[in-house]
Parts: sequence; C-alpha cells; structure tokens
Amino acid sequence: MILVTVGTQGPFDRLVRAVDAWAAAHPEQRLVAQIGATDFQPAAMESAANLDPIRFERLLREADCIVAHAGMGTILKALELGKPVLIMPRRAALGEQRNEHQLATAERFARLGVVQVAADEHELPAKLDVLVQQGNVERISNSASPELIGRLRGFLGEHLGPPQG
Amino acid sequence: MRTGGKVLAVASGGGHWVQLMRLRPALEGYEVAYCSVHPEYAEQVPGCRLHVVHDSNAKSKWGVLRTALGILWVLLKERPAVVLSTGAAPGGLALFFAKKLGAKTIWIDSIANAEVLSLSGQKAGRYADLWLTQWPELAADGGPEYSGSVL
Repeated sequence: MILVTVGTQGPFDRLVRAVDAWAAAHPEQRLVAQIGATDFQPAAMESAANLDPIRFERLLREADCIVAHAGMGTILKALELGKPVLIMPRRAALGEQRNEHQLATAERFARLGVVQVAADEHELPAKLDVLVQQGNVERISNSASPELIGRLRGFLGEHLGPPQG
Repeated sequence: MRTGGKVLAVASGGGHWVQLMRLRPALEGYEVAYCSVHPEYAEQVPGCRLHVVHDSNAKSKWGVLRTALGILWVLLKERPAVVLSTGAAPGGLALFFAKKLGAKTIWIDSIANAEVLSLSGQKAGRYADLWLTQWPELAADGGPEYSGSVL
C-alpha cells in the first residue's frame, strides 16, 4: 500500500491529481490518500480529507512507501519507520503555503539523500516508478542528536537541578 | 538554583509535535506536562498530563486570543519552572506568558526553517532564555544558537 498525505495545512491538489493519474495507470497498486478539504475527488485511490492521528499512524506503519508534501512531520515519521518517502514541496508562489520553507526543506533533504524529491507534478510520475521499486530504508533513531539532547539537559540541570531516578 | 520544578513542553500539531517527541530523552528524570492541539496525542505521552489548546495562526485574531487564554490557563494551573517549545503560535504565546510569570524558557526553531527563522521563532526568540536553531547557517550573535538538531 502507498500512503499519500498532504498534511493539515490545507489541500494540495497539484500533488493529489498527479498521484491519482499515476494510480489510474497502475491498477495493481493500492493507494490510500489524505487530501485535505478539497473539491477534487480522486478516481483511482481511496481518500479522506483528514485522518485521526491514530489511524494515520497505523497507515504509516502498514505502508510500503509514502508520498507527501515536504512537511517535517511526515518526513520524520517516515524516516523513524524506515519507509521510503517521496516528497513534493508546496509552493507559496502558487498559494499552497505561506512561505517557501518547503522548497528549502526539499532541497536540504534531497542533498542529504535520505528522501526522494519531486520538484513538481511533472517530475512526480517517474519518481513514483522508482519509489515503488525501493525496499525499506535504514531507520533513524527516535531521538534528536546527542548534541541537542545534551544542550537541553545542561540547561534543565542548571535551572531545575539534577534529574531524578 | 531552583530545584524540583516542572517542565511544560508545548508544540502545535504535525511536524512541531513530532519534533517535540524526539526531544523526550532530554526530559527524562524531570516532571513534565505537555500542551498541544490534538487530544489524540495523549496516547503518545503515557503517564503525563496533556493539555489541549485551540490551534491558531496569525491570520485569525480571535483564534490567537482563544489560544492565548488557553495557554495562560495551562501555565497558571501547571506553574512550570521551565517552558520548552518547538513552535508554532501556541508555543510562542507560551513563552511570552511564561517569561512574565518568571519561568525559564527554551525555543527550538523548527528544522523546517532551513533558510530563514519562522515568524513565530523571530518573535519567540525575544522571550527565550535558550534560543536554538537547527541549522548552523542561521546561528547569529544576538540571535539563536546552533547546538544540534532533531535529526
């Protein structure tokens, strides 16, 4: 199963339409999509405007791979679960978000090489073809970097005293 | 040094919450209460209180007021010694009020902000005793410090 998600900041039809067209050409694939509040009705995939966090978490675990907007929540969850993920950035220039931070996120993560990136709907189908061939990727730990954890513990120790237990 | 105080950890939904969850090892051994925008998140913080406030952004003045009142109520109830947030608007408001109430404050700007600090981050930085960015390029004198990231 391929999980498609646009997150909670509103619809992202450019992504959903492109994935739906790909799904129509790949009837052997099952796709489940969270598409936000939009008038567009996907023809080739199951869809819901929003999913409660528990059902969403379950779908993330069940999914073979994930297609998403370039939101940090989805990227981090996918990496924690070791799922291959393809992201496409929302564009402020097209009214899809308030600033271009997803463009920056997509560029940085593309450089890190841990996620697949489609710059736009035209690049998406070919990237999806590659994604479904990819096996699970290496899981990241579910903790922030030791440097950040250490900095926070230092601050808490200074103001709250040593941790208990 | 104040000892035995409590930490209030604040994040709105989605990526902000996921980043906060990745900071949990830093909070081990301290009493922690959480504040977010979805009651379903309670399942992810067993044994801790989760307070739910209205989600808002700068677009809705009434929404912000509702969030602010909710946050203030949580702060008065919990009386944390340290307030920590990964954003966004609810976290910024929490730091603003927490500072006035004498708590120590930590702001960790979202890793999603790789080129410029978030709007809420720029404002919240002024109320943060510890102000962190997750990108070394964004660290600056008089601005946030870089000390690792949630990845």
